[in-house]
Amino acid sequence: MTEFLRLLTSVLTITLQAGTSLTYATLGEIYTERSGILNLGLEGMMLMGAVTAFATTYYTDLPWLGVLVAIIVGAAMAAIHAFLSVTMRANQVVSGLSITLFGGGLASFLGQRLGPEAHSGRLAGLVAERFRPILIPFLSEVPVLGALFRQDILTYLMYLLIPLAWYYMYKTRNGLNLRAVGEAPRTADAMGIDVIKTRYLYTIFGGMLTGLGGAHLSLAYAPGWTENITGGRGWIVIALVIFSMWNPARAILGAILFGGINAVQFRLQTAGARIPASYLNMLPYLLTIVVLVVMTWWESLSHLVGAPAALGQAYMREDK
Amino acid sequence: MNDNPPPVLEMRNIVKRFPGVLANDHVNLKLHPGEVLALLGENGAGKSTLMNVLVGLYRPEEGEVYARGEQVDIGSPNDAAALGIGMVHQNFKLVPTMTVAENVILGMNGLPFRPNMDEIVECIREIARHYNMPVDPKAYIWQLSVGEQQRVEILKLIYRGAEILILDEPTAVLTPQEARDLNRVLQVMIDEGKSAIFITHKMDEVMAFSDRVCVLQHGRVVATKYTAETNPQELATLMVGREVLFRLDKAPSQPGDPMLEMRDVHAKNNKGLPALQGISFTIRRGEVLGIAGVAGNGQRELAEVVTGLRPVTQGHIQIEGQERTNRQPLDFIKAGVSHIPADRIGMGAVGNMPVSDNISMKGYRQSPMAEKGILRPRQMLRFAREMIKRFEIATPTPATRIKFLSGGNIQKAILAREIDACKGLLVAVYPSRGLDVGATEAVRRRILEQREQGRAVLLISEDLDELFSVADRIAVLYEGRVMGVVPAEEASIDQLGLMMAGSPAEEIDVPTARVMEEV
Ligand SMILES: Nc1ncnc2c1ncn2[C@@H]1O[C@H](COP(=O)(O)OP(=O)(O)OP(=O)(O)O)[C@@H](O)[C@H]1O
Ligand SMILES: [Mg+2]
Repeated sequence: MTEFLRLLTSVLTITLQAGTSLTYATLGEIYTERSGILNLGLEGMMLMGAVTAFATTYYTDLPWLGVLVAIIVGAAMAAIHAFLSVTMRANQVVSGLSITLFGGGLASFLGQRLGPEAHSGRLAGLVAERFRPILIPFLSEVPVLGALFRQDILTYLMYLLIPLAWYYMYKTRNGLNLRAVGEAPRTADAMGIDVIKTRYLYTIFGGMLTGLGGAHLSLAYAPGWTENITGGRGWIVIALVIFSMWNPARAILGAILFGGINAVQFRLQTAGARIPASYLNMLPYLLTIVVLVVMTWWESLSHLVGAPAALGQAYMREDK
Repeated sequence: MNDNPPPVLEMRNIVKRFPGVLANDHVNLKLHPGEVLALLGENGAGKSTLMNVLVGLYRPEEGEVYARGEQVDIGSPNDAAALGIGMVHQNFKLVPTMTVAENVILGMNGLPFRPNMDEIVECIREIARHYNMPVDPKAYIWQLSVGEQQRVEILKLIYRGAEILILDEPTAVLTPQEARDLNRVLQVMIDEGKSAIFITHKMDEVMAFSDRVCVLQHGRVVATKYTAETNPQELATLMVGREVLFRLDKAPSQPGDPMLEMRDVHAKNNKGLPALQGISFTIRRGEVLGIAGVAGNGQRELAEVVTGLRPVTQGHIQIEGQERTNRQPLDFIKAGVSHIPADRIGMGAVGNMPVSDNISMKGYRQSPMAEKGILRPRQMLRFAREMIKRFEIATPTPATRIKFLSGGNIQKAILAREIDACKGLLVAVYPSRGLDVGATEAVRRRILEQREQGRAVLLISEDLDELFSVADRIAVLYEGRVMGVVPAEEASIDQLGLMMAGSPAEEIDVPTARVMEEV
């Protein structure tokens, strides 16, 4: 029995570790989409966040500086997306995809120049400074739930961020304005809300959280830089946003689900299971498809679930 | 000199252009304290544009605005709100997924970071009670009827303490009863000393409400008059630039063969609830059957059933004796059924496509607009040009996207397409809703023209005047059933009113005079 509990605790610990970067990016994208902007550049932004956080930390031994740089890089890339889709009113899908392509390419290039390979292949990732789990005394000893308290600082921060993000969205004036902009920009404008400013603000804010999510990957979850370190997480987040029904409080659910798959996968592999790794690797993506199908079906039944009505639509005041 | 207080609002030489359109051409306008100014004009005359300038949504190219004698710069709706200007827009400005209370406070200046919703809800309840406008502050907008939504718009004005009310066709989408209720509330607000600019196409509202009238034509002010010194006929002539007939001459009908026969038709609405419960009637060629009733009693479903857009769960529909029950819309089109839907941009036209394509959207299947499945754009354009001329559609060019036209002109384009394609039955749903007097007259005239040419018309309308002047027989719809069919000449408003409230025709054999006393 204790053996089983220990196993459960360890799976849960890994789940939360794996889910942290997903949760940050999901929260960010929820805020962006709530303002009516669809940002498909997440994958590229996470990769750039990961590589810049790692490189900064690698050279300075200051992981917090790495986090800061990742946040700034995420914000800058999101600002490009905001400029293209809000000011230039470009197609948001195209703009987002180009950001992903651009970010992916640049991250891989930077990884080669700044990472271990540029230094005669030392496994720099493993020796560099990073965020290590901080065990909270006593609490971390509790079976199963102790997993919550065996995490790194960024995960602890995430615990704080989720309720705050929920409170801000549903209980404050600014949250009300944000939701109105994504649902009905024309109405919001007529009611005196600055639609353009709101969209810029939350697109950039979303980029910051996405960059932070990337930083968690390279500084805590899988310390170091490996090519394509995100493994498509940026895409999974798009589905997680739908799964969470654009509600920050639910962002954690999807992250746990997908993080959980990672953890089980990890556990099975270390336990030497006979299932070929490719099948296990497929799981998160298969689940993404299932989530999309189920949520779309659910959406057609209920009035309150659903994408912000103006998601993906450019807004201009004097348009008709 | 200073005996007269300055106007609460004054616009001087306002010029506003859109690509290809001069929407406001050096407009001058004054609003005195406590006054109701009616702003009249055809569809597309520039009324809404002018008002949007006042609330800071549109930036004028030229001109100045003065509030209480001082020049002001209104750059955003917030600036307008700070000056006490509040507007009810032509289209609802509400967020459907939010509650009434949330909509009321949305974007307000000086709201605390964390608004106290309980207090706000209580305050809204208080206002609703005071003005006798029942609304549940906690209800979601999507759950409300059109009439209730308009009440929320009024609540917003009151809650924000607007002193200068701008009302852009607030009653256009309301039923007569709802319009009366709304007007009563507005009257109370005026009596409390607020000033208002009131846009409407309904002459009785102008006469009942306003102190002065300002008439716009093609973006220019053509007349300003005291209401007491004018009359509807003169105003209509000023607006349109020609004489307008409020009552059309109608030759007695000469019904021919049955065109549409409905026998015990049942259908469900979008929520899956029964919407039509045993509808039976016949329309013959050369005859207009009017459908009266309070909105939401099955009108929409009826129109969709006879155009093939909604499945019938029971009963039969025959067109010219041919069974058409549950056939595809294309079968109905081929059988000669034309449809002027209530939802102009959603169902009647493709907003982003040119006027010309929208007009040829029905004839494109046959020669000369297509040969062997290949479109012939030149022919399509020629056809569109001809229609634009024949139906007097005001558009900068045939290539203009139709969403940029005024409501009246979009309706004329749809009318042009549907009437040209109409071979047997014309189904018209609220065809003159939101249209100015001139366009309304044109639409009604076209419908009568169809009747003269031996087509059958199903006219669904909530405007009893329209039914009296166009229809030959009037059927009243109540909860998906026909309460009775009366000849238009013999029907009285009170009779119809009782039937609309659910009394079958047989029960109302009381003389009209007595009914009047009781009501
Ligand atoms: N955002 C816009 N872009 C381009 N053209 C516009 C725009 N808004 C209005 N117009 C054009 O400006 C003119 C005036 O339009 P406006 O909406 O002010 O008319 P209106 O008098 O309010 O008509 P209605 O009675 O139909 O409401 C019309 O020709 C219209 O097509
Ligand atoms: Mg208008």
